[in-house]
Amino acid sequence: MEWETVIGLEVHAQLMTRSKAFSGAATKYGAEPNTQACAVDIALPGVLPVFNKEAARMAVKFGLAIGAAINHRSVFARKNYFYPDLPKGYQISQYELPVVARGQITIDVDGAEKVVGITRAHLEEDAGKSLHEDFHGMTGIDLNRAGTPLLEIVSEPDLRSSKEAVAYLKKLHELVRYLEICDGNMQEGSFRCDANVSVRPKGEQKFGTRAELKNINSFRFVEKAIEFEVERQIDLIESGGKVIQETRLYDSDKNVTRSMRSKEEAMDYRYFPDPDLPPLVLDEAFISDVKKTLPELPDAKRARFMKDYGLNAYDAGVLTGSRELADYYEQVVRESKADSKIAANWITVELAAFLNRDNKDITASPVTVAMMSGLLKRLADNTISGKIAKEVFEAMWNGEGDADAVIEKKGLKQITDTGAIEKVIDEIIAKNPKQLEQYRAGKEALFGYFVGQVMKATQGKANPAQVNELLRKKLGA
Amino acid sequence: MSLDREQVRKIAHLARLHITEPEAAAYAESLSRILGLIEQMNAVDTAGVAPMAHPNEAGLRLRADAVSETDQREKFQKIAPAVEAGLYLVPKVIE
Repeated sequence: MEWETVIGLEVHAQLMTRSKAFSGAATKYGAEPNTQACAVDIALPGVLPVFNKEAARMAVKFGLAIGAAINHRSVFARKNYFYPDLPKGYQISQYELPVVARGQITIDVDGAEKVVGITRAHLEEDAGKSLHEDFHGMTGIDLNRAGTPLLEIVSEPDLRSSKEAVAYLKKLHELVRYLEICDGNMQEGSFRCDANVSVRPKGEQKFGTRAELKNINSFRFVEKAIEFEVERQIDLIESGGKVIQETRLYDSDKNVTRSMRSKEEAMDYRYFPDPDLPPLVLDEAFISDVKKTLPELPDAKRARFMKDYGLNAYDAGVLTGSRELADYYEQVVRESKADSKIAANWITVELAAFLNRDNKDITASPVTVAMMSGLLKRLADNTISGKIAKEVFEAMWNGEGDADAVIEKKGLKQITDTGAIEKVIDEIIAKNPKQLEQYRAGKEALFGYFVGQVMKATQGKANPAQVNELLRKKLGA
Repeated sequence: MSLDREQVRKIAHLARLHITEPEAAAYAESLSRILGLIEQMNAVDTAGVAPMAHPNEAGLRLRADAVSETDQREKFQKIAPAVEAGLYLVPKVIE
């Protein structure tokens, strides 16, 4: 039988506020355990939550970016469960009335566009961390993360493959970083994803029973976890079994998902409006103020890069992958006045390879905008050839100074003096009478041999275009 | 609508409350009476009436995003039953 996969994703994005959602404790990652957990976060009796305006602003910013309606009135509810990572005995979340209503984003899979619905996005607080290493048979609790504001972004079950799921996730990741509402660090857990996965016979309208996959902390794992789970469900059904609704944990070491706890009693959370918190009321003025802070969004930037810089979709996509990279590119084009496609090439190929190799972000690139611009200028004015430019680039990366300094120090200046190049060519021709004879007898492939000899003799510094031109003249004579 | 003792025991378990068998019976009765009152309210036609989330009609007060709390771990952990390496220790929880 042919099966169809149905996926919906729930993303938890930690909002980049300085302080917590409901308390004035700091949210900085990596602090000593419990040094950023105040009386509200550890739920001492008598404390009251006061909501962070910035978290509301960020949620609205997201809603506006996905074309969603913003609910002027949203309500915080208590989601009740007992687990020591939230000592109140409940998580403050939004249930019936979330702040962001239905919106959508467009993804691109293998060149085809697809609109993915976003059901809602709601505000809630993060839980603390449990450390299960041995503390004399006890569990250690760090509540620094408890109360950090989260935006939970729930997609419609519109995704039909692990590939689409990853494309959606990457798009969302790019968006929250553009909006500067979440740092997107998956390693540190600031951008987390749960996947609801089910299968159904192709053509069937009704959804199959779904399993919820948790603990997926990289794009690659999302793909692998979904693929494993789809296979598991199909095998199960085809061998006469039934999928049960449950939460499954993805184990990246073994690449399997395993049952965590029965989710059949999901209703047990007993949500009710939090009596400590009146409705979150956001008026039109608040929303339009937020609207003014919206940056150019990824799709718009991509389209502009293609139009203004004559880039293809792929290069425009890579360069607009983050705001920082896009800014770097635009500054380089502006400063170097280089051809926009050549600049794009240097950034997407050479710079990207080095960043990738050293696992560095563009903001930490040792080759600054000024240095990259300097290099492109020397390339444009023929001081150096493309091949030498790569050598200069590597030297700049290794901290040997800017392009001019490297060229000077290493004596890499291109030889453009026709007389000097001619002299080298004459020497090479004199040294290779046999090859010359063969070339003149019609073995044209030997032209490359002569070019190579000239470049070798000049340590690659002769201007390649001039070498070609002069060689042709001399060999033909 | 009324609650039976089984439902009361389940609710008590979810709230981590220990109740005895006679208590379960008494709660089943009193909680059922509350539900009866709610049923009575349900009978009122409220079409066009906005639900009240809070008796205080005011909206949520918002605070500026600033860190106002200092580290008081030492004080808090003095009253905790068990701590180690800055962590609060609790009976083992395993997923």
